Amino acid sequence: MNLEVTQEKALELSDVHVTIRGSHILQGVNFGIEPGVVTGLLGRNGVGKSTTLRSIVGLVPRVGSIKLFGKEISNLKAHEVIRSGVSFVPEDREIFSTLTVLENLKLAERDKQPNYDIVYNLFPELLKRKNQRAGTLSGGQQQMVAIARALLNNSNLLLVDEPTKGLAPRLVTEVADALEVAAKSATILLVEQNLPLVKRIAKNIIVMDQGVVVHSGSPMDLENADFAQRMLGVSGGSH
Amino acid sequence: MEIFITLFITGVGLGALYFLVAAGLSLIYGLMDVLNFAHGAFLTAGAYATWYFTTYVRADGSLTSYAISLLIAGLVGALFAVATEQILIKYLYNRHIDQALVTVGLGFVAASAYLGWFGTDPLVVLPPVDLYNVVQIGDAFVGLDRFLYIGVAAIVLLANFLMLRYTRIGLIIRAGVENRNMVTALGIDVRKAFTFVFFIGGFAAGLGGALATTYASGVGPTLGDSFLIYAFITVVIGGMGSVPGTAIAAVLVGTTQVLVNYYVQGLGDFVVVLLLALVLLVRPQGLLGKVVR
Repeated sequence: MNLEVTQEKALELSDVHVTIRGSHILQGVNFGIEPGVVTGLLGRNGVGKSTTLRSIVGLVPRVGSIKLFGKEISNLKAHEVIRSGVSFVPEDREIFSTLTVLENLKLAERDKQPNYDIVYNLFPELLKRKNQRAGTLSGGQQQMVAIARALLNNSNLLLVDEPTKGLAPRLVTEVADALEVAAKSATILLVEQNLPLVKRIAKNIIVMDQGVVVHSGSPMDLENADFAQRMLGVSGGSH
Repeated sequence: MEIFITLFITGVGLGALYFLVAAGLSLIYGLMDVLNFAHGAFLTAGAYATWYFTTYVRADGSLTSYAISLLIAGLVGALFAVATEQILIKYLYNRHIDQALVTVGLGFVAASAYLGWFGTDPLVVLPPVDLYNVVQIGDAFVGLDRFLYIGVAAIVLLANFLMLRYTRIGLIIRAGVENRNMVTALGIDVRKAFTFVFFIGGFAAGLGGALATTYASGVGPTLGDSFLIYAFITVVIGGMGSVPGTAIAAVLVGTTQVLVNYYVQGLGDFVVVLLLALVLLVRPQGLLGKVVR
């Protein structure tokens, strides 16, 4: 008799399909992520990682089951998904360039008492520049705004899409620190090409290829150069 | 010189009316990508509301009655706009061709309904006699009503500015004009902002309709249509989604039309279209519009 206890998943996708303008991008995605840890979602460019995050949020039309802590959310609209305790940091930041830093943050407020202390402790630069138009910030500072918007509220699940893309090494460390702080109170699904970062903060990894999940495992798998080359098209090992 | 001053202020007054129609169009397009060809019908509804109120409800010709009629016209325009959004447009977001067809159709239906109810002949709206007074500026004499149009448009512009700058709904609208999807991804039901924008756009158009009855000495079934075409030109010149740009463009279009029509008779409309072409060639995003990437 199998007495194995299955822990409730923080997020569970079953047979999720996304078709955009005739292109079948997600072709039956299945995975679950553990609560309270960082899970890295990896894969080559164009395999559907960002679309997976956007389908969870509801920003693209999707078919299939998406459960957040056991509750079906695939029938919810995007703003309802977010209000059920999800925060989303999109690829390319998507900050509002004509608004000030503070206005960007105010817009993201959901909780009655937003965590401005945490945000300004992590990113003191944002406090200094709170009245500056976000469009005039550097790429790194804009990424801080994008992450800060997500950290402002207490979320059950944080979806983060390539937060270190195009950032200088010093800023990558800063972003990693911020994600580690966030990971103390939320489950994180992280799309990231920066393998050292994934190894540093992720407990599990999921690898996608051509719109489906092809591997689930540990970041230790990335130490295997052959695995990294085959799955991600990069040299793995000791990055 | 006195003729120029009179014409210039008349042009600014006409521009003020264009602004009242165009401000809503600009915000609606900027936020929702909806080209609303029924916007002129909101103006006409406001104009008929003014006629009805000042003819049957309070026909005393007082400034108070006129002021109340402006408010009622605004509300009628706003309700018409909200009904349009709730009954038709909200099912057609992101379906631009369908939106255009439906709003063009609604414009035709509304004009036919007005014609059926009120007849083809323009109905005369008599504004308070005080508005027939003139103000002397240098050697020029300018009708007081021109300053009323400019004053009302200035109040609407200021109210828009304050709303957009200092309220949460204004923040949502400004962000939504830039990136609607990301506003939703922050947990905000952006469709409530859509309805609100239709409300304020319809209110401004209704207000414009009430004032247009004074400018045009009455209201007919197609009053809104005649303003709508210039309002669209104004929106394109000013930049989609930019209320200050719309204000500048409205003054430019109004003064150009009036001045050119006087000095080179009949060419006012042609020069306005030339102005539109020039702006599209030199600055396709409009005077204060954002470059679309």
